[in-house]
Amino acid sequence: MKGYSHSIRLEADKCRGCTNCIKTCPTEAIRVRGGKAKIIDNRCIDCGECIRVCPHQAKKANTDEFETIFNYKYKIALPAPSLYAQFSKIYTRGQILAALKLLGFDYVYEVARAAELITAETKEYLKRKDIIRPVISSACPVVVRLIRLKYPSLIPNISQIESPMEAAAEIARNEFAAKTGARPEEIGIFFISPCAAKHTAAKMPIGNLKSNVDGVIAIKSIYVKLLKLLSDSEEADFKVMASKYGVRWANSGGESLALETDNFIAVDGIHNVAKILEEIEDDKINDVDFIEALACNGGCLGGPLCMENVYSAKAIFKKVLEKDISQSALPYTDERFNPMHDAEIEYVDAYSLDKDMYAAINKMAEMNRIVAELPGLDCGACGAPNCRALAEDIIRGEASESDCIIKLKEEYKKLKKKIGAEKGNEK
Amino acid sequence: MSDNIIRLHYDIDADDFSSAGLASSGTKRMLNQLGFNPAIVKKVAISMYEAEINAVIHADGGCADVEITPEKIVVVISDKGPGIPDIEQAMQAGWSTATNEIREQGFGAGMGLPNMKRYTDDMKIETELGVGTKVTLIINVN
Repeated sequence: MKGYSHSIRLEADKCRGCTNCIKTCPTEAIRVRGGKAKIIDNRCIDCGECIRVCPHQAKKANTDEFETIFNYKYKIALPAPSLYAQFSKIYTRGQILAALKLLGFDYVYEVARAAELITAETKEYLKRKDIIRPVISSACPVVVRLIRLKYPSLIPNISQIESPMEAAAEIARNEFAAKTGARPEEIGIFFISPCAAKHTAAKMPIGNLKSNVDGVIAIKSIYVKLLKLLSDSEEADFKVMASKYGVRWANSGGESLALETDNFIAVDGIHNVAKILEEIEDDKINDVDFIEALACNGGCLGGPLCMENVYSAKAIFKKVLEKDISQSALPYTDERFNPMHDAEIEYVDAYSLDKDMYAAINKMAEMNRIVAELPGLDCGACGAPNCRALAEDIIRGEASESDCIIKLKEEYKKLKKKIGAEKGNEK
Repeated sequence: MSDNIIRLHYDIDADDFSSAGLASSGTKRMLNQLGFNPAIVKKVAISMYEAEINAVIHADGGCADVEITPEKIVVVISDKGPGIPDIEQAMQAGWSTATNEIREQGFGAGMGLPNMKRYTDDMKIETELGVGTKVTLIINVN
């Protein structure tokens, strides 16, 4: 999977070349060229903002088809806790997990359970003297990628503890192999996901050499199948393992509540996250131990691959949490996994104008000159999200000043005036 | 044209805490894109922010002029405020003339000038009572 850098892709025939996605992208990763949106690969962090905003459904996320589970002899499902909030008729978690198993999985392991174990590890991690504070949660892959791209000075703040998805995958593989004698390579592990970025996280992990997840299936894509099984087999039940401490991770603030500390900031929504990261970088946030940052508004319940809109999902989630849930975390059993990242997180340079500082400074001086001459409307009609981005594209040789329709109009007016004056002279 | 220097000029508006910091954040964004070491960017961003906030709190705003070269970054914050009567006193950590109102907003802790000194390689204050203050912050790249 070398070269794979993001899951978001364009369905070109649906794209009308409007400015919605370029304006909302938090990393300025989209341009409209030749009437179609184009993603700048190394800038895309899979936040899904473009999927949400596109009026023509031209932005999609790569995920794995449900049928790919049959490529494996043994199939394991790892449901994200956000799955529990997708059914407006309230089913218990036991019913939802039982239906999931009936879809064709041999084993189901709740990611919410792994989240509890990660919480226990994080509590210990936060006691360490050798860590840089505030610690930023590594659970949201979009946030980790935003830091790597735009806030590299905060890479050392990222928690070195695994994400619940990775922990769940490792535990489930070990448990299933131990129980059945299956060889690890015969087991396919599938994350049932609210999130486009988790697909990329499984293909090209950050902080890990290799992912334990073999496939990522969108909640949306199995929703109808699951709904049918739920209504057909209401009496089916499944022994749940996670308490409210793990399940609540799906909601913004849930991870922090599980840590049982008051000394945290929980921020959700990618643009809000960027503001908080900026403030940490400028030393404006002190005396805080932990930052829970989730890219989607409302947390994972607001994920682009969820079925319910985030506010309905929150209402359902509240009822699910009241229904059948253990109020205290279950103790550790013999769940075996390595809780630590095993690879460095590296800075991705996607914005520099030139490797050579002298050349970069000259290019930026030129860019500032161009910006001063552009109208400053940030209209996006040129295909770049704002005037500054157009100036940058011009410097890179990817656009020209005549792409600006306001400038073009000025030229046209001048020309018209000139022609008018010439005609007047002829009379 | 290619003289290896970027000159920036920002006006600093008075008495608007919510927009205070625009000059330093704009400068920071450019330094990041230029590829300066994050430690250098941080020194500029923090010291310039402190100076910018000071101009807002004490002097009804002013302006910022920045020169970026591969060797050093020079920030000059000028205001037409009351001036600083005793620079030595003002440099002491915790010493402040800020009103309670400003302190309640989380500003005016008396760390502005000490922080500027801490985060710069060279700092110069020129001040005249009733005329204004000019703070020059120099951050060396190497």
